[in-house]
Amino acid sequence: MKRTRQGYTLLAPYFILFFAFTVLPVLMAIALSFTSFNMLQPPQFVGWENYIRLFLENEVFMIALQNTLIFAVVTGPLSYVLCFGLAWIINEMRPKLRAVMTVIFYAPSISGNVFFIWGFFLSGDRYGLVNGFLLRWGLETDPINFFRDPDYILPLLLLVQLWLSLGVGFLAFIAGLQTVDKSMYEAAAVDGIQNRWQELWFITLPSMKPQLMFGAVMQITTSFNVAEISTTLAGLPSVNYAGETIVTHMMDFGWIRFEMGFASAIATILFIMMITTNKTVQHLLRRVGT
Amino acid sequence: MVAALKTSFRKKFPKPQYIYDEHGKKIGKLAKRTKRLNRSTGGTVVLFIFMGLLAVFMGFPLFLTVSNALKPLDELFLFPPQIVVRNPTLSNFSDLFVSMQATWVPFSRYAVNTLIITLGGTLGHLMFASSAAYALAKVELPGRKMMFSMVVLSLMFAAVVTSIPNFIIISSLGLIDTYWAIILPAFSAPLGLYLMKQFMEQIPDSLVESARIDGASEYRIYWSIVMPNVKPAWLTLIILQFQGLWATTGGIFIRSEELKPLSFAMGQIAGGGIARAGESAAVMFLMMIIPVTFFIIAQSQMIETLTTSGMKD
Repeated sequence: MKRTRQGYTLLAPYFILFFAFTVLPVLMAIALSFTSFNMLQPPQFVGWENYIRLFLENEVFMIALQNTLIFAVVTGPLSYVLCFGLAWIINEMRPKLRAVMTVIFYAPSISGNVFFIWGFFLSGDRYGLVNGFLLRWGLETDPINFFRDPDYILPLLLLVQLWLSLGVGFLAFIAGLQTVDKSMYEAAAVDGIQNRWQELWFITLPSMKPQLMFGAVMQITTSFNVAEISTTLAGLPSVNYAGETIVTHMMDFGWIRFEMGFASAIATILFIMMITTNKTVQHLLRRVGT
Repeated sequence: MVAALKTSFRKKFPKPQYIYDEHGKKIGKLAKRTKRLNRSTGGTVVLFIFMGLLAVFMGFPLFLTVSNALKPLDELFLFPPQIVVRNPTLSNFSDLFVSMQATWVPFSRYAVNTLIITLGGTLGHLMFASSAAYALAKVELPGRKMMFSMVVLSLMFAAVVTSIPNFIIISSLGLIDTYWAIILPAFSAPLGLYLMKQFMEQIPDSLVESARIDGASEYRIYWSIVMPNVKPAWLTLIILQFQGLWATTGGIFIRSEELKPLSFAMGQIAGGGIARAGESAAVMFLMMIIPVTFFIIAQSQMIETLTTSGMKD
């Protein structure tokens, strides 16, 4: 009894804040999505109107949705495979080289806002590295304004996002690979495993399934959450909304137009998309190696 | 590349491992490791070329950040542009320190703000998350499974989903435009609790049980028995939380210029155009080097923590 009380006391500080800043806000976002709310007057119930407006009248939302799905479909799986592939290769290096490689690959995701540098070497004048070289080699006559040209914005943002995406999941894979029991490989070689791909599928992946699932959660959540690189490099709003994502769309309505109800509807949709994708992928990953 | 080839060579023909006595004299030879499946040499070469290219892609912007920070102003605007600095100088940094005295909000103020936010948010998070993690991992509490699965669920969506209600909650608490607006929600970041709890699970129950029999309170077991045994996890939590807070710009939660953090100021300087290009390069370097240095120091502990990061059903 006393221990239970002490246990709850230890839990309390964290979970009070967790309820206040995570659980309650999710419920509030869902509730607010059915209202019209501008922070000044009390929220007014409007039923499904925000959702109807979003899907039927808001063309930019469709662009945002499409871009977000492109990020999710392209950088999500690509970065996941990259995280694993690199971890797999790095794992076989000598410890020193392994440490150096880990730093190089992990550094972009932890360096704060250093993706600014992309704006620098892709800058739209001839002093940007890329434009400078293209001009010098005669491959273009005028500098391309990369982050202001709708044709370039999305592909470049995808590239920057990929650059940033080797995060905690990558480290978890490196860690996971180190826990695989080495004797299993020897046993498997005796049992007739023929090549390294079979080894990967039948031994390595199943033994690190928990890390694979954790890494998937990390990568999925990040790949749906693209916003800062878009607003920083391409602006808010970006030219022709080429870099608009669900998150930047929500920021636009929430923090610029103060349509909190409408923004909450966007947040709710994003929430549902993230949870559904995560749950589906978890389900699929459970079948790895079986 | 050469090192890579050497590695693959060593894999095929491992160096004999010797056993040494305490004076460093060879006293025996370890048995050769059992043979493992090997890649073909061609495969190895292709793989390492691929790795090399990726390393260049990942490392190039980082390298450029360092190189730019050391370029004198005229080299930043050379045509054709230069990748590698020719006459490295620290003048960008000294310019930065000069202009930080002259601005309306002194640069040092931004640095202090970032320091308060990152230190406060990191330490509080470490304390709150580790005490809760201990209770979830080692104390039989009704409802603890449900609480943990809520935390896991919250890993599955980004915090941006809750940003609008959070703004309403924080402003109704009267915390807008204070450090608390950033620090308080940071205390309850889910990733830290998740990793800490998973790491604590591997501490043997017998250790905790014997302390209970000796009459130690749960607080005491948490603080003097479990905490000293999970130092790698501390470090991981500190590093992860530090990185997040280090990059925060304050956004809508902090409006006063004099309370804005460093990464906001960096955005301003980086957006300051040609006149501030040198300073901007210097700030970018500073923003990058600190989290990366911390990671280099803590790398092995972080990886140790993440071995337990897996999600079980």
